[in-house]
Amino acid sequence: MTKLVPTPGQTVGPFYGYALPFEKDNELLPPGFPGSIRLQGTVYDGAGHTIPDAILEIWQPDADGKVVQRTGSLVRDGYTFTGWGRGAVGNSGVFTFTTVNPGPTKPGAAPFISVALFARGLTNRLFTRIYLPEDTEALANDPLLSSLDPERRKTLIARRDPDGGLTWDIRLQGEGETVFLDFQ
Amino acid sequence: MPEDITAELESEELVPPAEPKAAHQPLDKAIESQADLSAEINAIGEAYRRALKDGGQPEIQPRLDYPPYRSSILRHPTKSLQHADPETIELYSPAFGHQDVHALESDLTIQHNGEPLGERIIVSGKVLDGDGRPVAGQLVEIWQANSSGRYIHKRDQHPAPIDPNFTGIGRCITGPDGSYRFTTIKPGAYPWKNHLNAWRPAHIHFSLFGTEFTQRIITQMYFPGDQLFPLDPIYQTIVDQDARDRLVATYDHSLTEPEWALGYNWDIVLTGPKRTWTENEALGAAGDEE
Repeated sequence: MTKLVPTPGQTVGPFYGYALPFEKDNELLPPGFPGSIRLQGTVYDGAGHTIPDAILEIWQPDADGKVVQRTGSLVRDGYTFTGWGRGAVGNSGVFTFTTVNPGPTKPGAAPFISVALFARGLTNRLFTRIYLPEDTEALANDPLLSSLDPERRKTLIARRDPDGGLTWDIRLQGEGETVFLDFQ
Repeated sequence: MPEDITAELESEELVPPAEPKAAHQPLDKAIESQADLSAEINAIGEAYRRALKDGGQPEIQPRLDYPPYRSSILRHPTKSLQHADPETIELYSPAFGHQDVHALESDLTIQHNGEPLGERIIVSGKVLDGDGRPVAGQLVEIWQANSSGRYIHKRDQHPAPIDPNFTGIGRCITGPDGSYRFTTIKPGAYPWKNHLNAWRPAHIHFSLFGTEFTQRIITQMYFPGDQLFPLDPIYQTIVDQDARDRLVATYDHSLTEPEWALGYNWDIVLTGPKRTWTENEALGAAGDEE
């Protein structure tokens, strides 16, 4: 089969704010829904300043590790977990999602949330992952994490908050630079 | 990074508010000229063409590190992207369907009581994967400036008129053959604060999903023959001419409708796929039919 050459990406630019966000875009489940958690973080640039114009998407399995293939993300009914959400950062660079802890997609696999990041000044989207911190044996056996040195590895592992939520920051550049992924 | 550059990065694109009948005044803060920027752009382009001639691989995606686009300076990773084999979740994409998107959302000219001003156009094409398979039943989102180059966004304050009959956002779900079709208004070029007298070529932002999350892409579609192409640091983040050309639509008279709208064709090819397809999936995503 002939391979076609992919179309290049371009920056999301500064003006996505009236187009990409939608009502409850960052609420994969309503806040307070049984089993729901808050996932939050801050996006920083290479000078350590927060970025006010970044937008993230998360895509994850449900709490049982099943990949969900249900429509309805754009018009949320408050009950259907679609596994996908979108959240723009606020002026202080902070993003928030309401979601569930992803389950392992196979026994022994380290559960993670897949992330696509877009920002003004970012010429193409970046992919990364948010791993849950608890299953240290699964984390140690994870093919991606085990290929990274310890300093870089920890940029992909979220912190567990006292309220059961997750905190995970993104550093685009410099000290503590987040590991971004190439799947090609 | 020196303080003054940081301050400039933070203030860029914040053009002074439009006031009725205000004379246009370029910001004195943007001291770099187009000639300065063009020299940088051309030097990078020449170095790339030399490398290509010496047997280098063509670069098919934009450079993350492209200093002429000033706001990328502090926003690109300095470490190489880490190669990863996509795992289960990454080999699937979120599902969208007609529950998510109304059919009328693909017509950007009927979202208000009156007709928007400008040149009515039809933009149509197919979303394909790297094997040439149609990406069926997937979400396409677009956003754009109006015909005078103004975005409905609080950060766009340049003195060009807002069109009360044009918002500039559209969505659709691709057909079984991967096709999409929007009716809209040809966007205008708009000024920005990368440097003095910086203008973006007219473009439509496109957001696309594939059958795998690793295929997720946001990009921009341009119009053929735009004189601003060589001057634009964002278009030029893609250093390869063939790759840049892939973002330019083709005027297509067979899409043009008599006494109604001019037609442009633009096909989008996503990366991958990585996953082995089942026969069922090859027939098209189920959409709402689950």
